[in-house]
Amino acid sequence: MSFNSNPGKVKASLAPSENPTIKYVKTSALIQQFTPYLFLLPGLILFLLFIVLPMVYSFRISLYDWNIIKPENSDFLGIENYSTVLTDPVFGRAVVNTFVYALVTVPAQMILGMGVAVLLNQKLPGQTLFRTLYYLPVITSWVIVTLLFEFLFNSQAGLVNYVLQSLGLIESPIRWLADEYLAMIPIHLLGIWKGLGWTAIVMLAGLQSIPESLYEAGAVDGANAFRRFWNITLPMMRPTLVFLFVVLTIGALNVYISGLLMTNGGDPLDRTHFVLTLMYEETFENFEFGRGAAISYLLTIIVFMISLVQLRMLNKEVDV
Amino acid sequence: MRRTKQLYSIITYTLLILGALLVVTPFIYMVSSSLKPQSFVFEMPPRFIPSEITLKNYTEALQTDDFLLYFGNSLIVAVSATSGTVLISSMLAYAFGRMEFRGKNMLFGLLLLGLMIPPVMLIIPQFLIAKELKLLNSLLGLIVVYIAMNLSMQTYLLTGFFKTIPQDLIEAAWIDGASQWRIFWRIILPLSRPGLAVVIIFTFLYSWDEFPWAHVAIKESTSRTLPVAIALFQNQHLTEWGQVFAASITALIPVVIVYVVFQRYFVAGIATTGMKS
Repeated sequence: MSFNSNPGKVKASLAPSENPTIKYVKTSALIQQFTPYLFLLPGLILFLLFIVLPMVYSFRISLYDWNIIKPENSDFLGIENYSTVLTDPVFGRAVVNTFVYALVTVPAQMILGMGVAVLLNQKLPGQTLFRTLYYLPVITSWVIVTLLFEFLFNSQAGLVNYVLQSLGLIESPIRWLADEYLAMIPIHLLGIWKGLGWTAIVMLAGLQSIPESLYEAGAVDGANAFRRFWNITLPMMRPTLVFLFVVLTIGALNVYISGLLMTNGGDPLDRTHFVLTLMYEETFENFEFGRGAAISYLLTIIVFMISLVQLRMLNKEVDV
Repeated sequence: MRRTKQLYSIITYTLLILGALLVVTPFIYMVSSSLKPQSFVFEMPPRFIPSEITLKNYTEALQTDDFLLYFGNSLIVAVSATSGTVLISSMLAYAFGRMEFRGKNMLFGLLLLGLMIPPVMLIIPQFLIAKELKLLNSLLGLIVVYIAMNLSMQTYLLTGFFKTIPQDLIEAAWIDGASQWRIFWRIILPLSRPGLAVVIIFTFLYSWDEFPWAHVAIKESTSRTLPVAIALFQNQHLTEWGQVFAASITALIPVVIVYVVFQRYFVAGIATTGMKS
């Protein structure tokens, strides 16, 4: 930021501020000193009140059996909420479900996204139309697309069962959402389907920043399309790919709305919970605010650690 | 050579069309279901083109089920949150990008920390704080939280944008005796229209689509926004998919319009945010 000189400095060099006898200069210098803070004030108030304070407050809540009617009557529990959560088999299952969701949807989005990006990068006529179509799920509310998938995977008259039956792949309709494992299929597919367009557009931006001359040089050296992709595109795309990998993983670990709406959180028998749907249930249905806060803190720690590990591993490889 | 090129084009188009069909089919099916009479929604075999078209689902959703009210709520929230975010984050960005003051790096670092927090983690304390401030069940409670949630990203984006504005213009205005506010209002903002467009689009879509916070903060039915209203409606009327989808499409129309109109800013915005690593 140092290269960026500012009006304050300009003024200082133009105005006779070294002359302390002129009073208005003094006042204006004072105003000048405070002006930046006036610009910051509204934003900082909101940010402190609704972002920073909650981060700290959340930790405090997680140490209590929080009483929402009379917070001052809350019982201090220390780390008991954390130990309760960590030994709860439902939480364990939720963590497994969340990790599996990330392990399936992140690679799928990246591979398919790369495919779409390469196709869009051919710059054929109609590219804008395709880009718009692929982006449609991204701009649609999670609520709408979740309900839509619930409808498509409806056991009695859903489109998916109908197609599978007509193709002869299944004999009788599958009750997708009634089974703890099968229910993950529509949820995973939804995650991939909704995130694909964004992944593809970010990758497209990355592809378009690769200089054409590299490919020309590669072609002169006799590299075929596959070799050019492997030896030029992938290495050049590395920063974009690392960025997407980290961001998509964070997003996947925060899977929430699709689980909440499609299986009412954890149906059947709390087997389909994700970490955040469990957080919601403990907090806003069981009114265990302390336990809910502990769950959200644990998730935040997991997310932070995974992001750090990903960044460290991937950036190291770049250096080698 | 030309032959292979043609072949490549054909393969590319085939794959693009196949992919696009997979992406778009659910939407087409949603539109067609919203136009079917209730008794045909679960007809077998399923039809993409309704045998009988009716707008009854739309009129019922909008009139008897209050979706017109929810649409209005969503509009108030999205427009206010967007204007608030544009104004407040560009003020922050002006200070961070164009001024020197004590504690600048520390404050900017604090703000960037906001980029790394999973939003749902903040819901419980935000709920309790909003309860203290009597902001639950009010649209204002949604607006202030949406602004706060967007500040980090949008300020970051605009700070970069403001730094690219030539210093000469600002110095000239300064010599003419313009105040900082005047420079901000008359020079910086008008010159930053593309950057502001990106902020407007992303904040509008975020506020329009947001569910987790609205879901816990709004319990009174008159203050619901569209995503919450649609989710709760489906929960109570499990089989009335025609109306669910009529409401969904009503909610989707402004989003599609915004996207199509501002498409070029979208791509620019994604390219900028995608480069932050």
